[in-house]
Amino acid sequence: MNLRRDVFQAIADPTRRAILLLVASQSMTAGAIASNFDTARPTVSKHLQILTECELLKQEQNGREVYYHINAKKMKEVADFIEPFRKMWEDRFNKLETIMKKYKGK
Amino acid sequence: MEQKTKINAVDGKQELVITREFDLPLELLFKAYVEPDIVEQWMGTKVLKLENKRHGSWQFETTDPKGNKHGFNGVIHEFIPNRKITRTFEMENTPFGVQLEFLEFEQLTEDRSRLNMHVVYRSVAVRDQVLQLPFAQGINMAHNRIQDIVSKLK
Repeated sequence: MNLRRDVFQAIADPTRRAILLLVASQSMTAGAIASNFDTARPTVSKHLQILTECELLKQEQNGREVYYHINAKKMKEVADFIEPFRKMWEDRFNKLETIMKKYKGK
Repeated sequence: MEQKTKINAVDGKQELVITREFDLPLELLFKAYVEPDIVEQWMGTKVLKLENKRHGSWQFETTDPKGNKHGFNGVIHEFIPNRKITRTFEMENTPFGVQLEFLEFEQLTEDRSRLNMHVVYRSVAVRDQVLQLPFAQGINMAHNRIQDIVSKLK
């Protein structure tokens, strides 16, 4: 078993991407995460293990429960956190350009 | 397709640079930043106040899809027509505080121009948070969609 998993391989799987989306909004236990999927619990556990091994998720012990939360730093490396920010400005500037081209025509 | 808008955010720095080239003469690009009714159109905001002069101030207000109002404001430190605007920017009721913006407008050819927007934040942490805002909003929206789908399955 390869312990040093490839993060890109990790996020290529749709279930694992859905898990990341879930956990991004709040820390959750494995049980709470699994309850969002029809997949068998051991399968979800396997996905969690993979995401944890490649450091996209971090585990945190809270009493008897283990909570999973997103490792923003690692996510930033792979998912490119900046892209939606760039897209926001791209959309605004495209609008500006369109408006001013019409203005020029006036 | 080539990305026209470029973001340069070096890891561990409290600043970022946004660059964009426009198929517009310099004067028209600059006008889009000073005429309130034009600013309203492309920024998707209401302009409550926009004093384009040194020591002037500005105030915008946006309404989100839920009908909540969000305020933005700042002061203008430097205003050189068709060349430069230096201003502060603050999102009201957020923990991000004020940021400093240097907007430089440059003519490339008769019909092309470039905007260079240099933004400085109070700390690296604040910059990273602001950068991640649209990402987090996207995640939340996707999350809501997942919840919708899941709740219909049950």
